[in-house]
Amino acid sequence: MPGLEDLYREIILDHYRAPRNRGELPVPPARKAEGFNPLCGDEVVLYLDIDADSGVVRDVKIEGQGCSISQASSSMMSAAVKGKPVQDARQLIRAFKALMSIHESKLEGESDGSDLTAELEGVRLGDLEALQGVVKFPVRIKCATLAWNTLQQGLDEREPAEA
Amino acid sequence: MTDVLDVGRIKADFPIFERRVNGKPLVYLDSASSSQKPRAVLDAMEYHARHHYANVHRGIYTIAEESTAAYEGARRKVAKLLNARATSEIVFTKNITEAINLVAYSWARKNLGPGDPVVITAMEHHANIVPWHILAEERGIELRWIPLTDDYRLDLTDLDRLLDGAKLVSVTAMSNVLGTLNDIRLLADAAHAVGARLLVDAAQAVPHLPVDVQAWDADFVGFTGHKMLGPTGIGGLWARAELLEAMPPFLGGGEMITDVRVDGFEPNEVPWKFEAGTMPFVEASGLSAAIDYLSALGMDAVRAHEKSLTEYTLSALEERFEGRLHIHGPRDVEQRGGAISFLFDRIHAHDVAQVLDEDAVCVRASHHCAKPLMRVLGVPATTRASLYVYNDESDADALVESLAKAEKFFAV
Repeated sequence: MPGLEDLYREIILDHYRAPRNRGELPVPPARKAEGFNPLCGDEVVLYLDIDADSGVVRDVKIEGQGCSISQASSSMMSAAVKGKPVQDARQLIRAFKALMSIHESKLEGESDGSDLTAELEGVRLGDLEALQGVVKFPVRIKCATLAWNTLQQGLDEREPAEA
Repeated sequence: MTDVLDVGRIKADFPIFERRVNGKPLVYLDSASSSQKPRAVLDAMEYHARHHYANVHRGIYTIAEESTAAYEGARRKVAKLLNARATSEIVFTKNITEAINLVAYSWARKNLGPGDPVVITAMEHHANIVPWHILAEERGIELRWIPLTDDYRLDLTDLDRLLDGAKLVSVTAMSNVLGTLNDIRLLADAAHAVGARLLVDAAQAVPHLPVDVQAWDADFVGFTGHKMLGPTGIGGLWARAELLEAMPPFLGGGEMITDVRVDGFEPNEVPWKFEAGTMPFVEASGLSAAIDYLSALGMDAVRAHEKSLTEYTLSALEERFEGRLHIHGPRDVEQRGGAISFLFDRIHAHDVAQVLDEDAVCVRASHHCAKPLMRVLGVPATTRASLYVYNDESDADALVESLAKAEKFFAV
């Protein structure tokens, strides 16, 4: 039976108590994306300022409310993608989702972990790895992935203009 | 505290309390979501399945007759529990959500049209909101909301204006979030004074209070089995016989007809007109046993027990956490039941429930299928502990201790 310390690692509580990049950005030039967890009412409001020329995420701000896992995950996500090219942010999303879902499929006895290895290759998750303990608490996986799904939404919004 | 119920003996009737979670005895405080089952209920269903399992109202062989008798016997028990005028006023459904939808799809579609007002309240469960939203989209009915007072009760100041022209008032007898008990008789009189019908969501009332549909003077009352010690998959609707007679069928299929031709059908008589397809008759036997169990305790005793345990729990929470824990619900136990919603200022409901789980304390952390109410309260979710016949002070004490642990864990 996994204990509370597996879920609430110190770094997670630190991000929860002192969330990074809290606030708003003027829209436009920034864009805004909102994510909701209908089960618990958690919400993440994400502001992304992306440099049109370089494709770099210049600034990220987060608003919203939720549990420690969703708020810490948002905070860590903002720190991880700020200053990174959009391409890297997308790779991080894939890597983080793999980190969350690989254990889900392991429960089903389906995956040998090769998907995760492929997704994680060349990606440095750093602090984000602290969230790995969440997969032992399946109900909370949605809390952890909320911010990342919202980021995906925010990045995708731009695609039609780019194409 | 002297208890009107012998909770030690009651607990021994529920096999699940033999379980340990994390090596600890189960502290089950989520009965407002779904209640645990006594051995008698489990045995009754097994007996039905082993001894006289056969479809009801179809076979003429012995075990089919016995199965039918058990099913109709369950209907009589429900009718007696609710003080219905006749057994035929009880329609079995899957749960209360289906019971409310039955009223929305059958009665309301026949009787309501564009602009007809349906009045509900700010403390309703989604099951008593969404069917009316659907009807608003489909038929253009007007949905009106009775607001709340600061002390979590219905604000009836503007009731006359809200009821003006109303065709239906649909209200919960007890809020699943706040615990608030509503004055159903008062609302029935007000509704009838303007010619409206009254539908009561009694999902939280029937398991916890003596319910008398005639004393309420209601028109429709929905309930569900799994919150009252019974199994999942069975609930029901009580309605005045004359209303059921005049209502068109809801679901079409076997059993709900007297004749089917190539060019049409004749519906069966009530209540079977509304019971299409094979019904959950094994579960009906479980519900029968649940009603026997509750009746043996006595619904007055159940209410008295929960009232004193709610008082004990509220006092314990107030003493231990003072202003740091906000309780969303009336303070006076005369005006409320044992569903207790609370929130620490700076700790999310989910995180609280997670810490409690480590101590095998089972509570609900969510919007409790009452999002409009959450918006009125200005919170995304609450943690809710709900009490029932198998809970005692030791459960309340375990809750308080575990909450103290959560508060410490998340201290900023």
